[in-house]
Amino acid sequence: MSRGLLRNLAALGSGLLFGLGLSLAQMTNPDKVLNFLDISGRWDPSLLLVLGGAVVLSALGFRQVLRRKAPLWDSGFHLPHAQAIDRPLLLGSALFGLGWGLSGYCPGPAVASLGVANPEALWVLPGILAGAALQRLMQPRASTDLD
Amino acid sequence: MLAGAMLARMTAFTPLNALLGGLLIGLASLLLLWLNGRIAGVTGMLTGLQRLPLQGQAWRFLFLLGLVAGSAAYALAGGSTPQRQGFPPLLLVLAGLLTGYGTALANGCTSGHGVCGLARFSLRSLAATATFLLVAIATTFVARHLLGLQP
Repeated sequence: MSRGLLRNLAALGSGLLFGLGLSLAQMTNPDKVLNFLDISGRWDPSLLLVLGGAVVLSALGFRQVLRRKAPLWDSGFHLPHAQAIDRPLLLGSALFGLGWGLSGYCPGPAVASLGVANPEALWVLPGILAGAALQRLMQPRASTDLD
Repeated sequence: MLAGAMLARMTAFTPLNALLGGLLIGLASLLLLWLNGRIAGVTGMLTGLQRLPLQGQAWRFLFLLGLVAGSAAYALAGGSTPQRQGFPPLLLVLAGLLTGYGTALANGCTSGHGVCGLARFSLRSLAATATFLLVAIATTFVARHLLGLQP
């Protein structure tokens, strides 16, 4: 098999595991997300364990992986090079927080919700795509973290 | 408390499912970096597919397809997928626009900055994650407890 095909399979498999993880943790349920964000309400700390579990496991694994010269099926790592904590980063994250806190959907769960035919995905996902497209239109040469 | 807060559906703390789900997400991110050298950031996947040429972008589409298939498989295997009723569609669109614009501007969301960025000990990602978490917490407070917006 060519490395390009292997990479495509790896991306599909990684997305599959990601989607299973989001579903198992019920992160595709916006009530569950909002009940985490609502710390003065009936707080549901589940999201903290989801994020914690994901960060700890990947941090341990990344350390090993990044000691390699290259990933298994590509000639080099494609890591973000931006390091600045600048206005676009903070303003963008604040706008995202506003959207996330209003709806309970961040981009991953919004996409995954298509898989369970959740009608809310048909409103929130086109909104996300249009918002991202609008940002690109307004700042066509904005620096990108990833190639 | 206003009506919205009282109508908001309770969810139980599910530590085991949350931890297992989180570990699966971590494993997915680890595999993508180890095999392909790529960051598993959903914002990067979505914005990448909005750029031309589309050549060489198949992997991004396939990751997103996997994301959809993963949640579909979970539902088909009998997993519970509760759905919210009665949430205003226009509010979903508005929230989506803010989320899409913001994550594109910040070059990442909960997966790229929140999971992969923190796992790489990136200060930039830590700043992004702290910002969107704090703003989302404040927004939920205002929307639920002051405006009664989230039925």
